[in-house]
Amino acid sequence: MDTKTNIPNNTEMTPVISLKGVNKWYGDFQALSNIDLEIKLKEKIVICGPSGSGKSTLIRCLNRLEAHQEGTIHVSGIELHERMKDIDVVRQDIGMVFQSFNLFPHLTVLENCMAGPNWVRGVDKSKAKERAILMLEQVKIPEQADKYPDQLSGGQQQRVAIARSLCMQPKVMLFDEPTSALDPEMVSEVLETMIELAKSGMTMICVTHEMGFARQVADRIVFMAEGEIVEQSSPEEFFNNPQHERTKVFLDQILE
Amino acid sequence: MFVDTVIEDKALHKPVFLIGLSLTVLAIFFALNFTNTLFGEFLRPVIGDPTESGFFGRFAVSLVLTIIFVVNLFVISFFKLKVQVAIVWVELFLLFLAFAYSFDLKMSFIQSRIPLMISRGLFTTIYISAISIVIATVIAIIGAIAKLSNNGFAYAISSFYTSLFRGLPLLLQLFLIYKGLPQLGFMVDAVPAAITALSLCYGAYMTEIFRAGIQSIPRGQWEASRALGFKFNLILRKIILPQAIPIIIPPTGNQFIAMLKDSSLASVLGVWELMYLARTLGQRDFRHMEMLLTAAMIYWALTIVLEVIQARIEEKYKQKS
Ligand SMILES: Nc1ncnc2c1ncn2[C@@H]1O[C@H](COP(=O)(O)OP(=O)(O)OP(=O)(O)O)[C@@H](O)[C@H]1O
Ligand SMILES: [Mg+2]
Repeated sequence: MDTKTNIPNNTEMTPVISLKGVNKWYGDFQALSNIDLEIKLKEKIVICGPSGSGKSTLIRCLNRLEAHQEGTIHVSGIELHERMKDIDVVRQDIGMVFQSFNLFPHLTVLENCMAGPNWVRGVDKSKAKERAILMLEQVKIPEQADKYPDQLSGGQQQRVAIARSLCMQPKVMLFDEPTSALDPEMVSEVLETMIELAKSGMTMICVTHEMGFARQVADRIVFMAEGEIVEQSSPEEFFNNPQHERTKVFLDQILE
Repeated sequence: MFVDTVIEDKALHKPVFLIGLSLTVLAIFFALNFTNTLFGEFLRPVIGDPTESGFFGRFAVSLVLTIIFVVNLFVISFFKLKVQVAIVWVELFLLFLAFAYSFDLKMSFIQSRIPLMISRGLFTTIYISAISIVIATVIAIIGAIAKLSNNGFAYAISSFYTSLFRGLPLLLQLFLIYKGLPQLGFMVDAVPAAITALSLCYGAYMTEIFRAGIQSIPRGQWEASRALGFKFNLILRKIILPQAIPIIIPPTGNQFIAMLKDSSLASVLGVWELMYLARTLGQRDFRHMEMLLTAAMIYWALTIVLEVIQARIEEKYKQKS
């Protein structure tokens, strides 16, 4: 499958995403303060932190679903700002998976997966279908291709959402609490899909409270509180030897 | 809608309700006094000359009517829902016919005028309504998008438009266009004036319907589309409108039906549509009721056609999801 991608290939060392001194306010409320973060190709980042700490805000700034007011955000060398002309092109290379799935209910599973490549990548229908089926196989639900989203369970819907993103052949995948809207027995099927994806070498940024997943997959865990990055470290460091009091309190609560 | 799975006792089968209902209906019939109508005539053997039957006659007529009414309800209550609906429809329709026949209609008069009513009146009514419906729909789509855009001009023009044209009576708009435009140097005929007024007025109402329909689609649909790199027009066309249309159809069908009948306002400009002919054809022979009732039946039939079409489309969209 060689569809054209819009972001130039990076070497292993240059960051795919880099944030410098990013500040964001909702009205008077500062949701992000002074965020510095670099994410390299193939890196897996888990972002965690208490509710309201700005995790969603941060991840949504990365494909500019939210606008930041100060600092710079670069994605594959392209700066995101309010007057940019090619935001759609950047977004095509960044997959995003939402807590609430956000599948298109009027399209079948297959059509959901074909839409992006066919409508904006210019891939013809038969190629797009081929790829969609391949991705549905990868998330292990090819047999649901002709159903509509609301005929599927939550776990299945989320896996379709992942397949839909993958069909665009993204450089980076963003996950915003992909399992928190799911019943407990469906969480693992989605996590397994994400673990497989990680093994395939995808660059991933995941907001999640699934600490088992973080321990297994993350290269780095970023802990946020009150709009700031409090600390970031490897999983061993993070779980065994947290540096900040806030991190300890958070870990105590979540791991109890 | 959710129909509960537990069946309550039918009110009609409770003696207290039945007695209360009977007394109420009796009182109403007594107050309305049907003695001097057909019903009084039927009871002539019992009450004598209806006009001189006095209190007894009035009470007897009311009592008989009440018994017929309540027994009818009681019997119907034992049928299945669908049968009930059919029976009540037929009964109401027969009542309507009885109402019509009570005017001593001259059928030959109706028959002689009906070709003109259909070839000229019905044709013009459909012609005006159909064109207005198409134009109003186009206006509504553009207006709704303008109202949702963050372009200041587009929003201002669109909101001014809906405010103005929802704010004036349609009849007034019709006169303003028909009489006002010529004074500015634009000659307009009655039919184009009517089409313009109907399109603009209903376009304004439908703009609001379309806007609300589009806004009812969850934000997540926009976000997911944006995250895939879709542009505004694509999102609207392929993601939002297909979901908004099933929501928009019922109120829009309502607007079409209302517009069909408001096209009768064109009659004040002398356009030979149904209403105009209904008022004028019977004038010379003093056969007003014949023509008015004929027009009524034609309007009603047209509305039923629209209702059926609307139901079909709703059904089609229901199957899809
Ligand atoms: N659109 C908005 N307008 C105003 N305030 C907002 C908006 N979105 C988020 N916030 C605020 O910004 C803060 C960070 O929100 P965010 O959704 O990023 O938190 P989060 O870490 O993702 O929390 P959660 O774990 O509950 O999802 C919160 O205090 C929230 O109330
Ligand atoms: Mg969140």
